[in-house]
Amino acid sequence: MPKVTYIEFDGTERPVELPAGWSLMQGATLNGVDGIEGECGGSCGCATCHVYVDEAFLDKLDPPSETEEEMLDCTSSPREANSRLSCQIKADPRIDGIIVRLPETQS
Amino acid sequence: MGDGAGVVIVGGGQAGYQTAESLRQLGFPGAITVIAAEDFPPYQRPPLSKAYLLGEVDRHRLKFRTEEYYAEHGIDLRLGAEATAIDRAGKRLLLADGTSLAYSHLVLATGARVRLLPIPGAELAGVHYLRSLADVEAIERRLGEVAAVAVIGAGFIGLEFAAVARKLGKPVTVLEAAPRVMARVVAPELSAFFDETHRAHGVDIHCDTAVVEIAGRDGQAAEVVCADGHRVAAGLVVVGIGVIPETGLADACGLTCDDGIVVDGHGSTDDPAIFAAGDCTSYHHPFAGRRIRLESVQNAADQGRTVAAAIAGQARVYDTVPWFWSDQYDVKLQMVGLSAGCEKVVVRGDRAGGKFSLFHYREGVLRAVDSVNRPADHILARKLLAAGISPTPEQAADADFKLKDLLGAASA
Repeated sequence: MPKVTYIEFDGTERPVELPAGWSLMQGATLNGVDGIEGECGGSCGCATCHVYVDEAFLDKLDPPSETEEEMLDCTSSPREANSRLSCQIKADPRIDGIIVRLPETQS
Repeated sequence: MGDGAGVVIVGGGQAGYQTAESLRQLGFPGAITVIAAEDFPPYQRPPLSKAYLLGEVDRHRLKFRTEEYYAEHGIDLRLGAEATAIDRAGKRLLLADGTSLAYSHLVLATGARVRLLPIPGAELAGVHYLRSLADVEAIERRLGEVAAVAVIGAGFIGLEFAAVARKLGKPVTVLEAAPRVMARVVAPELSAFFDETHRAHGVDIHCDTAVVEIAGRDGQAAEVVCADGHRVAAGLVVVGIGVIPETGLADACGLTCDDGIVVDGHGSTDDPAIFAAGDCTSYHHPFAGRRIRLESVQNAADQGRTVAAAIAGQARVYDTVPWFWSDQYDVKLQMVGLSAGCEKVVVRGDRAGGKFSLFHYREGVLRAVDSVNRPADHILARKLLAAGISPTPEQAADADFKLKDLLGAASA
């Protein structure tokens, strides 16, 4: 199963193995990673699952959809070049080992 | 918790789960017990009528947390358990298995139950309601076997299910007693949009239509009979005609109930040791300016957080501007505020292209925003309404005007 490492805002590293196809948001909330809310349930509608993707993995992700682009402008913590919504990133072998950092606030 | 009594939460839905989770997040050190009626760990209900039925998520992905989470956080999750009575004087909750639990604080997160269809034939096989995972699994089995589907009630649940059934290729007829779809919860402009959307996807919608009977064959639902004599053939009938707050336990022990368990801004009932959260509560909402009862994820989650904060000694008043969402086909509807009673509506964006928001004004002040496939408008509207900032109708109608600018640098 692809491995994902979440780095919480306080620096705590949380490695989690996710079944392929699960979103990084689901993997975080189900496993109790602090700092990802995902209050809309993963429909790209709330911008509370904002993460900063490690630069080494950024190019391996599909680019954000038009909707995700709009929502990234609504994040609570500042949007950076490596900002993504974790509900839109699906675990798959291509991104095995991905590291994402969590922002200070989500809402 | 010197006497060993801790927090006992009745209900394993969104509000009950959130209360337990927030208590631990706030550092509450005492015992927490959750009495959950269903056999499955607390899970998200919204996907049931959407992604789950389409096979896009399996049941394990519906869970809020893994089973291990509860054990690791000292939350005693009792699945398949039922509370039968509250002994307020003795501060004990009685359970159906004959045991009882002492509590320092009791939280009633009992939710709501579906309103039953009061007509002949409603008990036939093939007539289903949609609230729990078990309901949806039964619908899923039935759906594969029938030629056509009828939906009674054109609210969120009914229409979300209609959209799923169409996506799965079934002929769908929707029967609604009110003059328009989603009449109880949305403005007429939005009803019109969703009416068009469903018709464009081939749903046969009949408003102003009362149903009088479900006719069966061999104990199986076969036809829905309308008051005007119209008959709709359907082997699966999904009924979504609203819910009733589950107030039985509260009522029986003398807590004030009036269309829900009456609570204050901290979720406290008139017994200071008993709180309530979620669909089962009724309270004065500062934004609404009156007493309301909400049936939504946002309300359940935020009230759960509020109750946890009060119990953990970090009380804050629940005043979130209400918000809701619904997914039907590729239409993402997000609503914030309360549009009932508004006299002016302004359209922002492209109504014909299905990407627009409706800004609702009452006495010149923005009160609600409904967004269709414009999620950024929704998020900004939540911030505007929470801050009490009202764009002018002209600003709202001008899609090039940046609403974000009204929020100022600090809060944007």
